[in-house]
Amino acid sequence: MAKDALFEIGLEELPARFIDQAESQLRQQTEQFLKTQRLSYTSLQSFSTPRRLAVLIQGLAETQTTIEEEVKGPAAAIARDDAGNWTKAAIGFTKGQGVTVDDIYEKEIKGTAYIHVKKKIEGKPTLDLLPQFETIITAIQFNKNMRWGEETLRYARPIRWLVGMYGTDVIPFNITGVHSSNVTYGHRFLGGKIILNEANDYVDVLKAQYVIVDSSDREEMIMTQIKEVATEKGIHVPVDHDLLEEVRNLVEFPTIFVGAFDNNFLELPADILITSMKEHQRYFPVKDQDGKLLPLFIGVRNGDHHALETVIRGNEKVLRARLSDAQFFYEEDQKTPLDIHLEKLDRVIFQEKLGTLADKVVRVRHIAGKIADKIDLTSEVQAHVERAAHLCKFDLMTQMVNEFTELQGVMGEDYALKYGEHPGVAAAIREHYLPKHASGALPETVEGSVLSIADKLDTITGCLAVGLKPSASQDPYGLRRQATGILRILEEKGWSVELEDLLDIAIKLYASLDLVQMSEQHIKEEVIAFFHTRASYLLRDHQIEQDVVHAIIHHKIGRYPYAVERAHLLSVKRHEASFKPTQEALVRVLNISKKAETSHIDPDLFQTDSERALYEAFTRISPLVQSAQEEANAADALHHLEKLTEPIHHFFEQNMVMADDARVRKNRLALLHAIANVISNYADLSLVEWKQQF
Amino acid sequence: MNIQSMILALQTYWSKQNCILMQSYDVEKGAGTMSPMTLLRSLGPEPWNVAYVEPSRRPDDGRYGQNPNRLYQHHQFQVVMKPSPDNIQELYLDSLKALGIDPLEHDIRFVEDNWENPTLGAAGLGWEVWLDGMEITQFTYFQQIGGLEANPVSVELTYGIERLASYIQDKENVFDLEWTDGVTVKDIFLQPEYEHSVYTFEESDADMLFQLFLMYEKEAGRIMEKGLVFPAYDYVLKCSHTFNLLDARGVISVTERTGYISRIRQLARRIAKAYVAERERLGFPMLSKEVQ
Repeated sequence: MAKDALFEIGLEELPARFIDQAESQLRQQTEQFLKTQRLSYTSLQSFSTPRRLAVLIQGLAETQTTIEEEVKGPAAAIARDDAGNWTKAAIGFTKGQGVTVDDIYEKEIKGTAYIHVKKKIEGKPTLDLLPQFETIITAIQFNKNMRWGEETLRYARPIRWLVGMYGTDVIPFNITGVHSSNVTYGHRFLGGKIILNEANDYVDVLKAQYVIVDSSDREEMIMTQIKEVATEKGIHVPVDHDLLEEVRNLVEFPTIFVGAFDNNFLELPADILITSMKEHQRYFPVKDQDGKLLPLFIGVRNGDHHALETVIRGNEKVLRARLSDAQFFYEEDQKTPLDIHLEKLDRVIFQEKLGTLADKVVRVRHIAGKIADKIDLTSEVQAHVERAAHLCKFDLMTQMVNEFTELQGVMGEDYALKYGEHPGVAAAIREHYLPKHASGALPETVEGSVLSIADKLDTITGCLAVGLKPSASQDPYGLRRQATGILRILEEKGWSVELEDLLDIAIKLYASLDLVQMSEQHIKEEVIAFFHTRASYLLRDHQIEQDVVHAIIHHKIGRYPYAVERAHLLSVKRHEASFKPTQEALVRVLNISKKAETSHIDPDLFQTDSERALYEAFTRISPLVQSAQEEANAADALHHLEKLTEPIHHFFEQNMVMADDARVRKNRLALLHAIANVISNYADLSLVEWKQQF
Repeated sequence: MNIQSMILALQTYWSKQNCILMQSYDVEKGAGTMSPMTLLRSLGPEPWNVAYVEPSRRPDDGRYGQNPNRLYQHHQFQVVMKPSPDNIQELYLDSLKALGIDPLEHDIRFVEDNWENPTLGAAGLGWEVWLDGMEITQFTYFQQIGGLEANPVSVELTYGIERLASYIQDKENVFDLEWTDGVTVKDIFLQPEYEHSVYTFEESDADMLFQLFLMYEKEAGRIMEKGLVFPAYDYVLKCSHTFNLLDARGVISVTERTGYISRIRQLARRIAKAYVAERERLGFPMLSKEVQ
């Protein structure tokens, strides 16, 4: 008869950010364990709170599933003697497998007959196997591990109790001296010691002891309470999902409360209020129906309603102290003239090998100016870029950003406006930190986009030029994220500028600096290779397959938005049957042209009409392809290339490229070489794996 | 409950948990962790349980006695237990009860916080303990000290005395806190706060401090060679405080800053090694004591 099994790991408070992942590992590894152990069950549930990870297996069979295994014996030829009797070899084999000669049957393997038997493997009792669960518990991986006491195990936090039960039986194992039992613990303050009678009681018994073991249930409790209070008070609570996930993993029994702060704090920028509430205190900010912040917040307590007033008063006091600090900084920062903030930049190191923030600002101004030259910008916008580049780091010197580092850029914009800067300049200061993560929001203004690219280009090129290349697992300066950011901005803005030209600005700049020892050529190789890899990853994110990615960017990345467009088009074309003749013609040209020694074409040396026809088609079509390419029209450019299909096929049908006459041969190869150049400027089609279905 | 009673309550409580009650260490330092009673004693295999109040100087936090939350010098109540006991969280929560804080009347949380002191080559994992949203204690399992793996692991509890008192006494301004009946923090500390701030930010003699730093650094190195671990460590503490004064005076550029920190760290590392070696040479006396 099947029974339920329960495992629970009792821990000192796990970091909230580890919990969901640990629970899913526990679940997956349990499933894997049950599968390899041939243990059948009806259902499996996993649970987690800050103090526990658990898995409940319902209807777990009492023994492993019995299986039959086929065992191969000696060749049939030596299994019987001449008289047809079983030989010693055959008898020995059956004995060894615990069966008799009556069980023997023959089966051919690669033309030779061997004797075989079927052996039954009886399932072992589940109870004997479950102590191995210990290895699942210790195999859970966390982002950061620690040791405690005199133990050698490295784990997220110390293990304080273990539950292992099958039906009413305790499954014995121990980890770091903690022995499994049927004893668990309720809420730290509201609950007590619990003796479980059977595994299946787990959820309800703990609920009675103020522990909601299912994290989605806790999330639902929080949401329900927030909705109730929102309706009751006519307020709007925008629930940030990341915060909700964190908060539900900070408590075992959630009770929300509403606190208030003084109206006059609403004069502070909203970002300061929101950061203080969300990031520092894990409160949900509250808005009115029009989306304006109210002097209220919602916190989540780990417990019930008892003495909730005290908890509210305490939380209000903490927030008041924080906001008073912020208010003080806000006023003090503005008393300091902008120039004084700027002067301080040369006292702060940006990176040990790359000088101070003031040094960085000089470089960013240079790079931003050159980028602005390459894009068609009005002189007004150019002036904004120049000014914003000069100012972009000043807010790092303010007390507010020193205290609330996550407000870098945000305070820059706010203060810049107060100092009377143009809104375009101010916005660029904020936006140059965008995108903050791989898929984060991009700058909206042109000024912000240019400055963002310049700042990132400076960091990436600088780090690579002084040998701070990210490793497989470590990217402390976020270079990958920043390179991806540059490409995303270029794509979104659709700017018709070659990536390599932008990179060159920073490469040349760094090659001229004393702090860099690396040669210009070497820096260039590093930077280009780095962006090549990032572009490949980003294109793969667009669902472009690896071979198409190679075909598009092998030569250069060029105008990135156009590269994306060509990649999408090729990804479609590679499946189209009607494209096959074109691809065959073009790829044949690409392959054979590699033998070309010269690119000089002499029309007088053409021998045949088909040769002349191809040359004529090429001279006519080549400018069309080129101008479509310049206009970044991927479809038109390919359409023009397709027109070469027929002349190419005729050419190959009617001419020997490798003619005996060396001059004719060279001339033919030169023609193909010229055509190949036009094709590979579009994409190196010889790298594509064609996938038409016929 | 005034601050004096709080300290007495904590001392009584931890004394009952077999902690040795120590007095504050007599060299300037930025945190209770830097007392040799924590930093050195948490190294090596010998068991060690200690509790003490540590006045902690942070020159850069000086605010001329004008800021309601920041002080040049605040007080920490420090508990260190090696190896960390299995029931340390319960012991800690009971200590709050000794301060009249009933967990059922409040919201007490353990919020992840990983502590690191690069100057001392020290790092640990643990939490900030929140009382109704306020951080009142740093709770750390030491993983590394002076660049050496902590083995066995010590647990360190650092109560912010003024923080805790501002909650218990329900005061908004640190200077209004009662130290003992009729005497406030203001009465005792306002003048030193003001004067230390003036000294730190306006009057300190940077040239002299630079010289002192070099002298302390040299002396620490010299006597360490002779196996005099504790005197050498005192000079490291002096280096650290002198550096903090220079830093607050704004005379150390950022590049130099990293340089100074790494010089102090180098000293701390050497001392950590020397301390363990010296204890080993002595046969780890406190270890054999326990075995007996």
